[in-house]
Amino acid sequence: MASLTRQKRHLGSHLILIIWTLVVLFPIWTLVINSFKTRLTIYENPFWIPKVWNFSNYATVLRDGDFITYFKNTFIVVVLSLVLVSFFASLAAYAFARNKHGSFILLYYFFIAGLMLPIKIASIRILEIVRTLGLLNTIWSLPPIYIAMGLPVGIFILTTFIRELPAALSEAAHIDGASSWQIYSQIILPLIRSALASVTIYNLIPFWNDLWFPLIFINNDRQKTLLLGVTRLFGQYQTDWSKVLAVLTLAAVPVLGLYLAMSTQFIKGVTAGSVKG
Amino acid sequence: MKKNNLQWVWYIIPALLIYTLFMAFPLLDSLRLSLFTGNTPKTRSFVGFENFVRLFSDPTISTRYWGAFKNTWIFFFIHMVVQNGLGILFAILLTQKDMKGRHAYQTIIFIPTTFAVLITGYLWKLILNPVWSGDFVTSIGLGFLKHPYLGDTKTALVSVSLVSCWQWLGIPTMMFVAALRNISEDLLEACELEGANKWQTFQRVKLPLIKPVVGIIAVLTFVNNFNAFDIVFAMENVNGAPEYSTDLIGTLFYRYGIAGQHPIGIPDVGLGAAIATITFLLLLTVVVPTLIKTQEGGY
Repeated sequence: MASLTRQKRHLGSHLILIIWTLVVLFPIWTLVINSFKTRLTIYENPFWIPKVWNFSNYATVLRDGDFITYFKNTFIVVVLSLVLVSFFASLAAYAFARNKHGSFILLYYFFIAGLMLPIKIASIRILEIVRTLGLLNTIWSLPPIYIAMGLPVGIFILTTFIRELPAALSEAAHIDGASSWQIYSQIILPLIRSALASVTIYNLIPFWNDLWFPLIFINNDRQKTLLLGVTRLFGQYQTDWSKVLAVLTLAAVPVLGLYLAMSTQFIKGVTAGSVKG
Repeated sequence: MKKNNLQWVWYIIPALLIYTLFMAFPLLDSLRLSLFTGNTPKTRSFVGFENFVRLFSDPTISTRYWGAFKNTWIFFFIHMVVQNGLGILFAILLTQKDMKGRHAYQTIIFIPTTFAVLITGYLWKLILNPVWSGDFVTSIGLGFLKHPYLGDTKTALVSVSLVSCWQWLGIPTMMFVAALRNISEDLLEACELEGANKWQTFQRVKLPLIKPVVGIIAVLTFVNNFNAFDIVFAMENVNGAPEYSTDLIGTLFYRYGIAGQHPIGIPDVGLGAAIATITFLLLLTVVVPTLIKTQEGGY
Protein backbone atom coordinates (compact mmCIF):
# COMPACT_ATOMS: atom_id res chain seq x y z
CA MET A 1 0.00 0.00 0.00
CA ALA A 2 2.80 2.32 0.92
CA SER A 3 4.44 1.69 -2.43
CA LEU A 4 1.19 2.41 -4.22
CA THR A 5 0.93 5.88 -2.71
CA ARG A 6 4.54 6.48 -3.64
CA GLN A 7 3.78 5.53 -7.25
CA LYS A 8 0.97 8.10 -7.18
CA ARG A 9 3.61 10.75 -6.61
CA HIS A 10 5.14 9.56 -9.90
CA LEU A 11 1.86 9.75 -11.82
CA GLY A 12 3.09 12.58 -14.05
CA SER A 13 6.31 10.69 -14.81
CA HIS A 14 4.39 7.57 -15.75
CA LEU A 15 2.12 9.61 -17.98
CA ILE A 16 5.04 11.13 -19.92
CA LEU A 17 6.76 7.77 -20.28
CA ILE A 18 3.57 6.02 -21.39
CA ILE A 19 3.01 8.66 -24.07
CA TRP A 20 6.53 8.06 -25.36
CA THR A 21 5.96 4.30 -25.21
CA LEU A 22 3.02 4.79 -27.57
CA VAL A 23 5.10 7.03 -29.84
CA VAL A 24 7.64 4.20 -30.07
CA LEU A 25 5.25 1.30 -30.42
CA PHE A 26 2.73 2.86 -32.78
CA PRO A 27 4.97 2.93 -35.90
CA ILE A 28 6.13 -0.62 -35.14
CA TRP A 29 2.53 -1.75 -34.85
CA THR A 30 1.81 0.00 -38.15
CA LEU A 31 4.76 -1.75 -39.76
CA VAL A 32 3.77 -5.23 -38.66
CA ILE A 33 0.01 -5.20 -39.21
CA ASN A 34 0.25 -3.64 -42.66
CA SER A 35 2.76 -6.22 -43.79
CA PHE A 36 -0.14 -8.71 -43.55
CA LYS A 37 -2.34 -6.74 -45.94
CA THR A 38 -2.28 -6.59 -49.73
CA ARG A 39 -1.32 -3.93 -52.23
CA LEU A 40 -4.82 -2.47 -52.15
CA THR A 41 -6.19 -3.30 -48.69
CA ILE A 42 -3.25 -1.41 -47.20
CA TYR A 43 -5.21 1.77 -47.98
CA GLU A 44 -8.19 0.70 -45.83
CA ASN A 45 -7.81 1.39 -42.12
CA PRO A 46 -4.09 2.06 -42.27
CA PHE A 47 -3.60 1.73 -38.52
CA TRP A 48 -5.80 -1.24 -37.77
CA ILE A 49 -5.49 -5.00 -38.27
CA PRO A 50 -6.34 -6.44 -41.68
CA LYS A 51 -9.81 -7.89 -42.31
CA VAL A 52 -8.18 -10.83 -44.02
CA TRP A 53 -4.68 -11.79 -42.96
CA ASN A 54 -2.43 -12.17 -45.95
CA PHE A 55 0.75 -14.18 -45.47
CA SER A 56 1.78 -14.24 -49.10
CA ASN A 57 4.01 -11.13 -48.81
CA TYR A 58 6.39 -13.00 -46.55
CA ALA A 59 6.20 -16.10 -48.73
CA THR A 60 7.02 -14.06 -51.84
CA VAL A 61 9.92 -12.25 -50.21
CA LEU A 62 11.42 -15.42 -48.79
CA ARG A 63 10.89 -17.43 -51.97
CA ASP A 64 12.60 -14.72 -53.99
CA GLY A 65 15.93 -16.39 -53.10
CA ASP A 66 17.88 -13.13 -53.07
CA PHE A 67 16.64 -12.14 -49.64
CA ILE A 68 18.21 -15.25 -48.11
CA THR A 69 21.46 -14.49 -49.95
CA TYR A 70 21.48 -10.93 -48.61
CA PHE A 71 20.85 -12.21 -45.12
CA LYS A 72 23.64 -14.76 -45.38
CA ASN A 73 26.10 -12.15 -46.70
CA THR A 74 25.38 -9.78 -43.82
CA PHE A 75 25.61 -12.59 -41.32
CA ILE A 76 29.05 -13.68 -42.57
CA VAL A 77 30.41 -10.12 -42.68
CA VAL A 78 29.10 -9.14 -39.25
CA VAL A 79 30.14 -12.30 -37.39
CA LEU A 80 33.61 -12.34 -38.96
CA SER A 81 34.12 -8.64 -38.15
CA LEU A 82 32.89 -8.97 -34.57
CA VAL A 83 35.13 -11.96 -33.83
CA LEU A 84 38.22 -10.32 -35.31
CA VAL A 85 37.60 -6.97 -33.58
CA SER A 86 37.37 -8.74 -30.24
CA PHE A 87 40.48 -10.81 -30.91
CA PHE A 88 42.70 -7.98 -32.21
CA ALA A 89 41.41 -5.46 -29.67
CA SER A 90 41.97 -7.83 -26.75
CA LEU A 91 45.55 -8.55 -27.88
CA ALA A 92 46.35 -4.86 -28.16
CA ALA A 93 44.51 -3.99 -24.94
CA TYR A 94 46.55 -6.60 -23.08
CA ALA A 95 49.78 -5.01 -24.31
CA PHE A 96 48.55 -1.48 -23.48
CA ALA A 97 47.40 -2.50 -20.00
CA ARG A 98 50.77 -4.07 -19.16
CA ASN A 99 53.03 -1.38 -20.62
CA LYS A 100 53.12 2.21 -19.53
CA HIS A 101 56.14 3.36 -21.51
CA GLY A 102 55.79 6.51 -23.59
CA SER A 103 55.52 4.89 -26.99
CA PHE A 104 52.74 2.57 -25.85
CA ILE A 105 50.76 5.43 -24.38
CA LEU A 106 51.18 7.36 -27.62
CA LEU A 107 49.95 4.40 -29.65
CA TYR A 108 47.03 3.96 -27.26
CA TYR A 109 45.90 7.53 -27.88
CA PHE A 110 46.40 7.01 -31.62
CA PHE A 111 43.71 4.32 -31.41
CA ILE A 112 41.48 6.28 -29.01
CA ALA A 113 41.40 9.24 -31.41
CA GLY A 114 39.40 6.97 -33.72
CA LEU A 115 36.52 7.09 -31.21
CA MET A 116 35.71 10.63 -32.24
CA LEU A 117 36.64 10.55 -35.92
CA PRO A 118 33.98 9.49 -38.39
CA ILE A 119 35.47 7.02 -40.86
CA LYS A 120 32.94 8.08 -43.52
CA ILE A 121 34.84 11.22 -44.41
CA ALA A 122 37.76 8.98 -45.47
CA SER A 123 35.49 7.12 -47.91
CA ILE A 124 37.05 8.44 -51.12
CA ARG A 125 40.47 7.11 -50.18
CA ILE A 126 39.07 3.88 -48.69
CA LEU A 127 37.25 3.23 -51.95
CA GLU A 128 40.57 3.46 -53.83
CA ILE A 129 42.31 1.13 -51.38
CA VAL A 130 39.51 -1.43 -51.65
CA ARG A 131 39.70 -1.21 -55.44
CA THR A 132 43.47 -1.67 -55.42
CA LEU A 133 43.10 -4.75 -53.24
CA GLY A 134 40.63 -6.18 -55.75
CA LEU A 135 37.88 -6.40 -53.13
CA LEU A 136 35.40 -4.07 -54.84
CA ASN A 137 32.00 -5.66 -55.46
CA THR A 138 32.60 -8.43 -52.93
CA ILE A 139 31.44 -8.78 -49.34
CA TRP A 140 35.13 -9.13 -48.35
CA SER A 141 35.53 -5.38 -48.82
CA LEU A 142 33.50 -4.82 -45.67
CA PRO A 143 35.17 -6.69 -42.76
CA PRO A 144 38.46 -4.71 -42.88
CA ILE A 145 36.53 -1.42 -42.64
CA TYR A 146 34.30 -2.66 -39.84
CA ILE A 147 37.27 -4.04 -37.90
CA ALA A 148 39.03 -0.67 -38.21
CA MET A 149 35.81 1.06 -37.07
CA GLY A 150 35.40 -1.26 -34.07
CA LEU A 151 39.00 -1.28 -32.80
CA PRO A 152 39.05 2.11 -31.01
CA VAL A 153 36.07 1.35 -28.78
CA GLY A 154 37.24 -2.25 -28.31
CA ILE A 155 40.70 -1.18 -27.20
CA PHE A 156 39.26 1.53 -24.96
CA ILE A 157 36.84 -0.78 -23.12
CA LEU A 158 39.22 -3.73 -22.86
CA THR A 159 42.30 -1.76 -21.78
CA THR A 160 40.31 -0.10 -19.00
CA PHE A 161 38.97 -3.49 -17.96
CA ILE A 162 42.31 -5.34 -17.99
CA ARG A 163 44.00 -2.53 -16.01
CA GLU A 164 41.46 -3.09 -13.25
CA LEU A 165 42.13 -6.83 -13.00
CA PRO A 166 44.24 -7.82 -9.99
CA ALA A 167 47.84 -7.91 -11.24
CA ALA A 168 48.71 -10.66 -8.74
CA LEU A 169 47.10 -13.32 -10.96
CA SER A 170 49.31 -12.79 -13.98
CA GLU A 171 52.36 -12.07 -11.80
CA ALA A 172 51.97 -15.44 -10.10
CA ALA A 173 51.71 -17.13 -13.49
CA HIS A 174 54.74 -15.19 -14.70
CA ILE A 175 56.80 -16.43 -11.74
CA ASP A 176 55.66 -19.96 -12.52
CA GLY A 177 57.29 -19.50 -15.92
CA ALA A 178 54.19 -18.86 -18.04
CA SER A 179 54.83 -16.91 -21.24
CA SER A 180 52.89 -13.74 -21.94
CA TRP A 181 50.89 -15.62 -24.59
CA GLN A 182 49.92 -18.30 -22.04
CA ILE A 183 48.90 -15.60 -19.58
CA TYR A 184 46.80 -13.91 -22.27
CA SER A 185 45.03 -17.02 -23.51
CA GLN A 186 44.61 -18.88 -20.23
CA ILE A 187 44.17 -16.14 -17.63
CA ILE A 188 43.22 -12.84 -19.26
CA LEU A 189 40.80 -14.05 -21.95
CA PRO A 190 38.51 -15.98 -19.57
CA LEU A 191 38.49 -13.03 -17.14
CA ILE A 192 37.46 -10.42 -19.72
CA ARG A 193 34.49 -12.32 -21.15
CA SER A 194 31.92 -9.79 -19.91
CA ALA A 195 33.89 -6.88 -21.38
CA LEU A 196 34.21 -8.78 -24.67
CA ALA A 197 30.42 -9.14 -24.66
CA SER A 198 30.08 -5.36 -24.26
CA VAL A 199 32.48 -4.72 -27.15
CA THR A 200 30.58 -7.16 -29.37
CA ILE A 201 27.20 -5.64 -28.59
CA TYR A 202 28.50 -2.09 -29.01
CA ASN A 203 29.71 -2.94 -32.51
CA LEU A 204 26.83 -5.18 -33.54
CA ILE A 205 24.33 -2.41 -34.33
CA PRO A 206 26.63 -0.23 -36.47
CA PHE A 207 27.97 -3.26 -38.37
CA TRP A 208 24.60 -4.92 -38.97
CA ASN A 209 22.85 -1.67 -39.82
CA ASP A 210 25.54 -0.09 -41.99
CA LEU A 211 24.29 1.02 -45.38
CA TRP A 212 27.02 3.44 -46.46
CA PHE A 213 29.94 1.12 -47.21
CA PRO A 214 27.92 -1.60 -48.98
CA LEU A 215 26.31 1.18 -51.01
CA ILE A 216 29.61 2.58 -52.24
CA PHE A 217 31.47 -0.76 -52.58
CA ILE A 218 29.00 -3.28 -53.90
CA ASN A 219 27.04 -3.30 -57.10
CA ASN A 220 26.83 -7.04 -57.71
CA ASP A 221 23.47 -8.51 -56.70
CA ARG A 222 24.90 -11.75 -55.31
CA GLN A 223 27.21 -9.83 -53.00
CA LYS A 224 24.72 -7.38 -51.55
CA THR A 225 24.17 -7.09 -47.83
CA LEU A 226 20.75 -7.22 -46.19
CA LEU A 227 20.19 -3.46 -46.14
CA LEU A 228 21.53 -2.88 -49.62
CA GLY A 229 19.21 -5.67 -50.72
CA VAL A 230 16.35 -3.90 -48.96
CA THR A 231 16.98 -0.78 -51.05
CA ARG A 232 16.81 -2.96 -54.18
CA LEU A 233 13.60 -4.69 -53.11
CA PHE A 234 12.17 -1.30 -52.12
CA GLY A 235 12.63 -0.18 -55.71
CA GLN A 236 11.29 -3.44 -57.08
CA TYR A 237 8.11 -3.51 -54.92
CA GLN A 238 7.63 0.25 -54.92
CA THR A 239 4.00 0.05 -55.96
CA ASP A 240 3.24 -2.59 -53.34
CA TRP A 241 3.85 -1.18 -49.86
CA SER A 242 2.59 -4.31 -48.10
CA LYS A 243 5.51 -6.26 -49.58
CA VAL A 244 7.94 -3.45 -48.71
CA LEU A 245 6.75 -3.63 -45.12
CA ALA A 246 7.23 -7.41 -45.07
CA VAL A 247 10.81 -6.87 -46.24
CA LEU A 248 11.37 -4.21 -43.56
CA THR A 249 9.92 -6.44 -40.84
CA LEU A 250 12.11 -9.36 -41.86
CA ALA A 251 15.17 -7.10 -41.93
CA ALA A 252 14.45 -5.65 -38.48
CA VAL A 253 13.62 -8.89 -36.67
CA PRO A 254 17.14 -10.38 -36.14
CA VAL A 255 18.65 -7.50 -34.14
CA LEU A 256 15.33 -6.68 -32.48
CA GLY A 257 14.90 -10.29 -31.35
CA LEU A 258 18.43 -10.45 -30.03
CA TYR A 259 17.90 -7.15 -28.23
CA LEU A 260 14.63 -8.19 -26.58
CA ALA A 261 16.22 -11.47 -25.49
CA MET A 262 19.10 -9.69 -23.73
CA SER A 263 18.18 -6.02 -23.34
CA THR A 264 20.13 -5.48 -20.11
CA GLN A 265 23.35 -6.67 -21.76
CA PHE A 266 22.59 -4.51 -24.79
CA ILE A 267 22.09 -1.33 -22.86
CA LYS A 268 25.21 -2.01 -20.80
CA GLY A 269 27.19 -2.64 -23.98
CA VAL A 270 26.03 0.46 -25.78
CA THR A 271 26.77 2.76 -22.86
CA ALA A 272 30.06 1.02 -22.00
CA GLY A 273 32.09 3.24 -24.29
CA SER A 274 31.07 6.46 -22.63
CA VAL A 275 30.58 6.01 -18.93
CA LYS A 276 33.52 5.20 -16.80
CA GLY A 277 32.83 2.70 -14.02
CA MET B 1 63.93 -4.01 -21.34
CA LYS B 2 64.26 -3.48 -25.09
CA LYS B 3 63.65 -7.13 -25.86
CA ASN B 4 60.68 -7.17 -23.52
CA ASN B 5 59.13 -4.22 -25.37
CA LEU B 6 59.68 -5.88 -28.72
CA GLN B 7 57.70 -8.90 -27.59
CA TRP B 8 54.71 -6.69 -26.73
CA VAL B 9 54.77 -5.10 -30.16
CA TRP B 10 53.49 -8.35 -31.65
CA TYR B 11 50.29 -8.00 -29.66
CA ILE B 12 49.61 -4.59 -31.17
CA ILE B 13 50.56 -5.28 -34.77
CA PRO B 14 47.32 -6.85 -36.09
CA ALA B 15 45.19 -4.03 -34.69
CA LEU B 16 47.68 -1.37 -35.75
CA LEU B 17 47.92 -2.68 -39.31
CA ILE B 18 44.18 -2.75 -39.97
CA TYR B 19 43.44 0.47 -38.13
CA THR B 20 46.20 2.34 -39.95
CA LEU B 21 45.48 1.00 -43.41
CA PHE B 22 41.68 1.31 -43.32
CA MET B 23 41.12 4.28 -41.05
CA ALA B 24 44.04 6.51 -40.04
CA PHE B 25 45.86 6.57 -43.37
CA PRO B 26 42.77 7.09 -45.60
CA LEU B 27 41.57 9.82 -43.27
CA LEU B 28 44.84 11.75 -43.45
CA ASP B 29 45.39 11.02 -47.12
CA SER B 30 41.92 12.41 -47.90
CA LEU B 31 43.28 15.75 -46.72
CA ARG B 32 46.10 15.46 -49.26
CA LEU B 33 43.67 14.48 -52.04
CA SER B 34 41.82 17.76 -51.57
CA LEU B 35 44.83 19.47 -53.19
CA PHE B 36 44.70 17.29 -56.30
CA THR B 37 42.47 16.83 -59.27
CA GLY B 38 41.80 13.67 -61.31
CA ASN B 39 39.82 10.60 -60.39
CA THR B 40 42.42 7.84 -60.57
CA PRO B 41 45.89 7.73 -59.03
CA LYS B 42 47.41 7.83 -62.56
CA THR B 43 45.62 10.93 -63.83
CA ARG B 44 46.04 12.83 -60.58
CA SER B 45 47.74 16.21 -60.60
CA PHE B 46 48.45 18.87 -57.99
CA VAL B 47 46.22 21.94 -58.12
CA GLY B 48 46.82 23.52 -54.72
CA PHE B 49 43.75 25.05 -53.16
CA GLU B 50 41.78 25.18 -56.41
CA ASN B 51 39.17 22.65 -55.20
CA PHE B 52 38.43 24.82 -52.18
CA VAL B 53 38.22 27.95 -54.32
CA ARG B 54 35.82 26.17 -56.66
CA LEU B 55 33.72 24.93 -53.75
CA PHE B 56 33.18 28.48 -52.50
CA SER B 57 33.15 30.51 -55.71
CA ASP B 58 31.39 28.36 -58.32
CA PRO B 59 27.79 29.67 -58.17
CA THR B 60 26.05 26.26 -58.25
CA ILE B 61 28.52 24.37 -56.09
CA SER B 62 28.78 27.08 -53.43
CA THR B 63 24.99 27.47 -53.24
CA ARG B 64 24.67 23.72 -52.72
CA TYR B 65 27.47 23.66 -50.18
CA TRP B 66 26.11 26.48 -48.03
CA GLY B 67 22.60 25.05 -48.32
CA ALA B 68 23.76 21.66 -47.07
CA PHE B 69 25.91 23.33 -44.41
CA LYS B 70 22.96 25.28 -43.04
CA ASN B 71 20.67 22.22 -43.16
CA THR B 72 23.24 20.16 -41.28
CA TRP B 73 23.34 22.73 -38.47
CA ILE B 74 19.55 22.81 -38.26
CA PHE B 75 19.55 19.00 -38.23
CA PHE B 76 22.12 19.12 -35.42
CA PHE B 77 20.23 21.68 -33.31
CA ILE B 78 16.99 19.74 -33.55
CA HIS B 79 18.86 16.69 -32.26
CA MET B 80 20.46 18.62 -29.43
CA VAL B 81 17.14 20.05 -28.29
CA VAL B 82 14.67 17.25 -28.99
CA GLN B 83 16.75 14.07 -28.79
CA ASN B 84 19.10 15.07 -25.99
CA GLY B 85 16.48 17.16 -24.18
CA LEU B 86 14.01 14.30 -24.08
CA GLY B 87 16.90 11.95 -23.27
CA ILE B 88 17.80 13.83 -20.12
CA LEU B 89 14.14 14.27 -19.16
CA PHE B 90 13.40 10.55 -19.49
CA ALA B 91 16.60 9.67 -17.65
CA ILE B 92 15.60 11.88 -14.72
CA LEU B 93 12.11 10.35 -14.62
CA LEU B 94 13.54 6.83 -14.81
CA THR B 95 16.07 7.32 -12.04
CA GLN B 96 13.63 8.74 -9.49
CA LYS B 97 13.55 6.96 -6.18
CA ASP B 98 11.10 4.01 -6.14
CA MET B 99 10.15 4.54 -9.77
CA LYS B 100 8.31 1.41 -10.92
CA GLY B 101 8.57 -0.13 -14.37
CA ARG B 102 11.97 1.38 -15.08
CA HIS B 103 13.22 -1.68 -16.88
CA ALA B 104 10.19 -1.94 -19.16
CA TYR B 105 10.32 1.75 -20.11
CA GLN B 106 14.06 1.59 -20.77
CA THR B 107 13.64 -1.47 -22.97
CA ILE B 108 10.96 0.23 -25.05
CA ILE B 109 12.74 3.59 -25.40
CA PHE B 110 15.77 1.78 -26.82
CA ILE B 111 13.89 -0.35 -29.40
CA PRO B 112 14.12 2.10 -32.36
CA THR B 113 17.89 2.36 -31.88
CA THR B 114 18.23 -1.30 -32.84
CA PHE B 115 16.59 -0.64 -36.22
CA ALA B 116 18.59 0.27 -39.27
CA VAL B 117 18.10 3.94 -40.18
CA LEU B 118 16.96 2.74 -43.58
CA ILE B 119 14.10 0.73 -42.06
CA THR B 120 13.01 3.62 -39.85
CA GLY B 121 13.19 6.00 -42.79
CA TYR B 122 11.11 3.89 -45.18
CA LEU B 123 8.53 3.17 -42.47
CA TRP B 124 8.04 6.85 -41.56
CA LYS B 125 8.00 7.79 -45.20
CA LEU B 126 4.86 5.68 -45.52
CA ILE B 127 3.29 6.93 -42.28
CA LEU B 128 3.85 10.58 -43.26
CA ASN B 129 2.43 10.08 -46.74
CA PRO B 130 -0.91 11.95 -46.83
CA VAL B 131 -2.18 9.74 -49.66
CA TRP B 132 -1.93 6.80 -47.30
CA SER B 133 -2.68 8.15 -43.83
CA GLY B 134 -4.49 11.38 -44.73
CA ASP B 135 -8.02 9.97 -44.94
CA PHE B 136 -7.66 8.32 -41.58
CA VAL B 137 -6.34 11.50 -39.97
CA THR B 138 -9.30 13.42 -41.43
CA SER B 139 -11.79 10.77 -40.28
CA ILE B 140 -10.79 11.24 -36.64
CA GLY B 141 -11.23 14.98 -36.96
CA LEU B 142 -7.56 15.88 -37.18
CA GLY B 143 -7.70 16.88 -40.82
CA PHE B 144 -5.44 19.87 -40.18
CA LEU B 145 -2.60 17.36 -39.67
CA LYS B 146 -2.98 16.12 -43.23
CA HIS B 147 0.04 17.58 -44.96
CA PRO B 148 2.72 16.38 -47.40
CA TYR B 149 5.40 16.72 -44.73
CA LEU B 150 8.16 15.24 -46.86
CA GLY B 151 7.19 17.04 -50.06
CA ASP B 152 7.00 20.55 -48.63
CA THR B 153 10.30 22.44 -48.46
CA LYS B 154 9.13 24.12 -45.25
CA THR B 155 8.51 20.89 -43.31
CA ALA B 156 10.76 18.28 -44.94
CA LEU B 157 13.95 18.93 -42.99
CA VAL B 158 12.18 19.16 -39.63
CA SER B 159 10.26 15.94 -40.34
CA VAL B 160 13.39 14.05 -41.31
CA SER B 161 15.21 15.37 -38.22
CA LEU B 162 12.41 14.37 -35.87
CA VAL B 163 12.29 10.86 -37.29
CA SER B 164 16.03 10.64 -36.70
CA CYS B 165 15.50 11.80 -33.09
CA TRP B 166 12.84 9.09 -32.64
CA GLN B 167 15.39 6.56 -33.76
CA TRP B 168 18.40 7.62 -31.65
CA LEU B 169 16.75 8.82 -28.45
CA GLY B 170 17.66 5.54 -26.75
CA ILE B 171 21.37 6.31 -26.69
CA PRO B 172 21.41 9.62 -24.75
CA THR B 173 18.67 8.30 -22.46
CA MET B 174 20.68 5.22 -21.50
CA MET B 175 23.90 7.20 -21.08
CA PHE B 176 22.19 9.73 -18.83
CA VAL B 177 20.52 6.95 -16.84
CA ALA B 178 23.90 5.27 -16.30
CA ALA B 179 25.47 8.57 -15.25
CA LEU B 180 22.64 9.58 -12.91
CA ARG B 181 22.66 6.19 -11.22
CA ASN B 182 26.33 6.71 -10.43
CA ILE B 183 25.50 9.66 -8.16
CA SER B 184 25.61 8.52 -4.58
CA GLU B 185 22.37 8.06 -2.64
CA ASP B 186 23.88 9.85 0.38
CA LEU B 187 24.44 13.01 -1.58
CA LEU B 188 20.85 13.09 -2.84
CA GLU B 189 19.52 12.38 0.63
CA ALA B 190 21.58 15.27 1.96
CA CYS B 191 19.96 17.54 -0.63
CA GLU B 192 16.54 16.39 0.45
CA LEU B 193 17.37 17.04 4.10
CA GLU B 194 18.63 20.50 3.26
CA GLY B 195 15.24 21.18 1.65
CA ALA B 196 16.38 21.47 -1.97
CA ASN B 197 13.56 20.97 -4.46
CA LYS B 198 13.84 18.71 -7.50
CA TRP B 199 14.92 21.45 -9.87
CA GLN B 200 17.58 22.76 -7.47
CA THR B 201 18.91 19.27 -6.91
CA PHE B 202 19.09 18.71 -10.64
CA GLN B 203 20.66 22.01 -11.54
CA ARG B 204 23.12 22.41 -8.69
CA VAL B 205 24.05 18.80 -7.91
CA LYS B 206 23.19 16.32 -10.63
CA LEU B 207 24.02 18.38 -13.70
CA PRO B 208 27.58 19.31 -12.64
CA LEU B 209 28.22 15.67 -11.73
CA ILE B 210 27.13 14.32 -15.10
CA LYS B 211 28.93 17.04 -17.07
CA PRO B 212 31.40 14.58 -18.64
CA VAL B 213 28.52 12.54 -20.07
CA VAL B 214 26.78 15.68 -21.34
CA GLY B 215 30.03 16.51 -23.13
CA ILE B 216 30.36 13.05 -24.68
CA ILE B 217 26.75 13.10 -25.87
CA ALA B 218 27.11 16.56 -27.39
CA VAL B 219 30.23 15.41 -29.23
CA LEU B 220 28.61 12.17 -30.42
CA THR B 221 25.56 14.09 -31.65
CA PHE B 222 27.76 16.55 -33.48
CA VAL B 223 29.96 13.92 -35.12
CA ASN B 224 27.04 11.69 -36.11
CA ASN B 225 25.03 14.52 -37.60
CA PHE B 226 27.88 15.70 -39.76
CA ASN B 227 27.89 12.14 -41.06
CA ALA B 228 24.17 11.65 -41.48
CA PHE B 229 23.22 10.25 -44.84
CA ASP B 230 20.98 7.18 -44.48
CA ILE B 231 17.93 8.99 -43.14
CA VAL B 232 17.79 11.46 -46.04
CA PHE B 233 18.62 8.67 -48.51
CA ALA B 234 15.65 6.65 -47.22
CA MET B 235 13.04 9.37 -46.69
CA GLU B 236 13.89 11.70 -49.55
CA ASN B 237 16.77 10.89 -51.92
CA VAL B 238 20.47 11.61 -52.38
CA ASN B 239 19.56 15.01 -53.82
CA GLY B 240 18.00 16.07 -50.54
CA ALA B 241 14.57 16.56 -52.09
CA PRO B 242 12.42 18.62 -52.23
CA GLU B 243 14.52 21.38 -53.81
CA TYR B 244 17.64 20.41 -51.82
CA SER B 245 15.82 21.38 -48.61
CA THR B 246 17.01 18.21 -46.83
CA ASP B 247 20.45 18.13 -48.43
CA LEU B 248 23.06 17.51 -45.72
CA ILE B 249 26.86 17.55 -45.88
CA GLY B 250 26.62 13.73 -45.96
CA THR B 251 24.42 13.61 -49.07
CA LEU B 252 26.36 16.43 -50.75
CA PHE B 253 29.63 14.58 -50.15
CA TYR B 254 28.10 11.41 -51.59
CA ARG B 255 26.93 13.18 -54.73
CA TYR B 256 30.10 15.14 -55.47
CA GLY B 257 32.78 12.81 -54.18
CA ILE B 258 31.46 9.27 -54.55
CA ALA B 259 28.56 8.85 -56.96
CA GLY B 260 29.01 11.79 -59.27
CA GLN B 261 26.42 14.37 -60.16
CA HIS B 262 23.43 13.37 -62.23
CA PRO B 263 23.38 12.89 -65.22
CA ILE B 264 27.14 12.49 -65.84
CA GLY B 265 27.78 10.19 -62.91
CA ILE B 266 31.52 10.82 -62.72
CA PRO B 267 32.63 11.73 -59.20
CA ASP B 268 34.77 14.78 -58.63
CA VAL B 269 37.28 13.28 -56.22
CA GLY B 270 39.17 16.49 -55.50
CA LEU B 271 36.01 18.41 -54.67
CA GLY B 272 34.73 15.53 -52.52
CA ALA B 273 38.03 15.45 -50.64
CA ALA B 274 37.79 19.21 -50.12
CA ILE B 275 34.33 18.78 -48.56
CA ALA B 276 35.67 15.98 -46.37
CA THR B 277 38.65 18.10 -45.31
CA ILE B 278 36.48 21.00 -44.21
CA THR B 279 34.24 18.62 -42.25
CA PHE B 280 37.31 17.08 -40.63
CA LEU B 281 38.72 20.46 -39.57
CA LEU B 282 35.32 21.60 -38.33
CA LEU B 283 34.96 18.45 -36.22
CA LEU B 284 38.43 18.97 -34.74
CA THR B 285 37.80 22.61 -33.84
CA VAL B 286 34.52 21.76 -32.12
CA VAL B 287 35.20 18.32 -30.64
CA VAL B 288 38.58 18.89 -29.03
CA PRO B 289 37.67 22.02 -27.02
CA THR B 290 34.33 20.47 -25.96
CA LEU B 291 36.08 17.38 -24.68
CA ILE B 292 38.75 19.38 -22.86
CA LYS B 293 36.09 21.55 -21.23
CA THR B 294 33.85 18.71 -20.09
CA GLN B 295 36.29 15.90 -19.35
CA GLU B 296 38.48 17.68 -16.79
CA GLY B 297 40.35 15.22 -14.63
CA GLY B 298 39.41 12.38 -16.92
CA TYR B 299 41.72 9.66 -18.22
